[in-house]
Amino acid sequence: MKEFEIEAIKENLHTVLQFINGQLALIGCPMKIQTQIDIAAEEIFINIASYAYTDGTGTAVVCVELHPELPGVDITFIDRGVPYDPLAKADPDITLSAQDRQIGGLGIFMVKKSMDEVKYDYLNGCNILTLKKGW
Amino acid sequence: MNIQKSSHNNSLTFSISGRIDTSTSPKLEQELKNSINDCTELTFDFAQVEYISSAGLRVLLSAQKTMNKQGSMKLKNVHENIMEIFEVTGFTDILNIE
Repeated sequence: MKEFEIEAIKENLHTVLQFINGQLALIGCPMKIQTQIDIAAEEIFINIASYAYTDGTGTAVVCVELHPELPGVDITFIDRGVPYDPLAKADPDITLSAQDRQIGGLGIFMVKKSMDEVKYDYLNGCNILTLKKGW
Repeated sequence: MNIQKSSHNNSLTFSISGRIDTSTSPKLEQELKNSINDCTELTFDFAQVEYISSAGLRVLLSAQKTMNKQGSMKLKNVHENIMEIFEVTGFTDILNIE
């Protein structure tokens, strides 16, 4: 498992994705799956950068666990910010017309739809969110 | 992300290339704000778009809402990967995709 800690600010998004993509390349992750994982990772990291630390900034830890035998990957995001379970939020109504659609709320929904499993835990003062994806 | 704009009378085409993500979508939003006031026909050429996150979807939804009031909007040359994102988010029902 490879771990990476970084200040949770939006400007660090590409550094986070570079780290994840570097790991995915080690087991030959197909480009289409990599894009899905990047989009999911973007939503989670940007959520942490935007909402986790109300009094300034803190860090996020990103852990990538490769499963070449599946093949697949588990990616875990850990922050010490305010407890927040993004999975508890109701899914947006995707049948509404453009006019009635809310701008927002789609990010975590996309994560749920594109990953095989998304898990949230709050443990020892940490938000722990894990994405699982196989191919 | 790069944006190339071309206009003819009141129709406007945004040809976008690259990634529409959290860091680039504010630029797209600003470009749209600056250009679509008098536009009645807005087209997005997505031939070179390889990635769109929810930040980009928000900009498209907002543009669609504006264009519903003043004309029409369509997307063309959408890649399969991007189309899947539009499908799972229900955007295929609210966007006009050629």
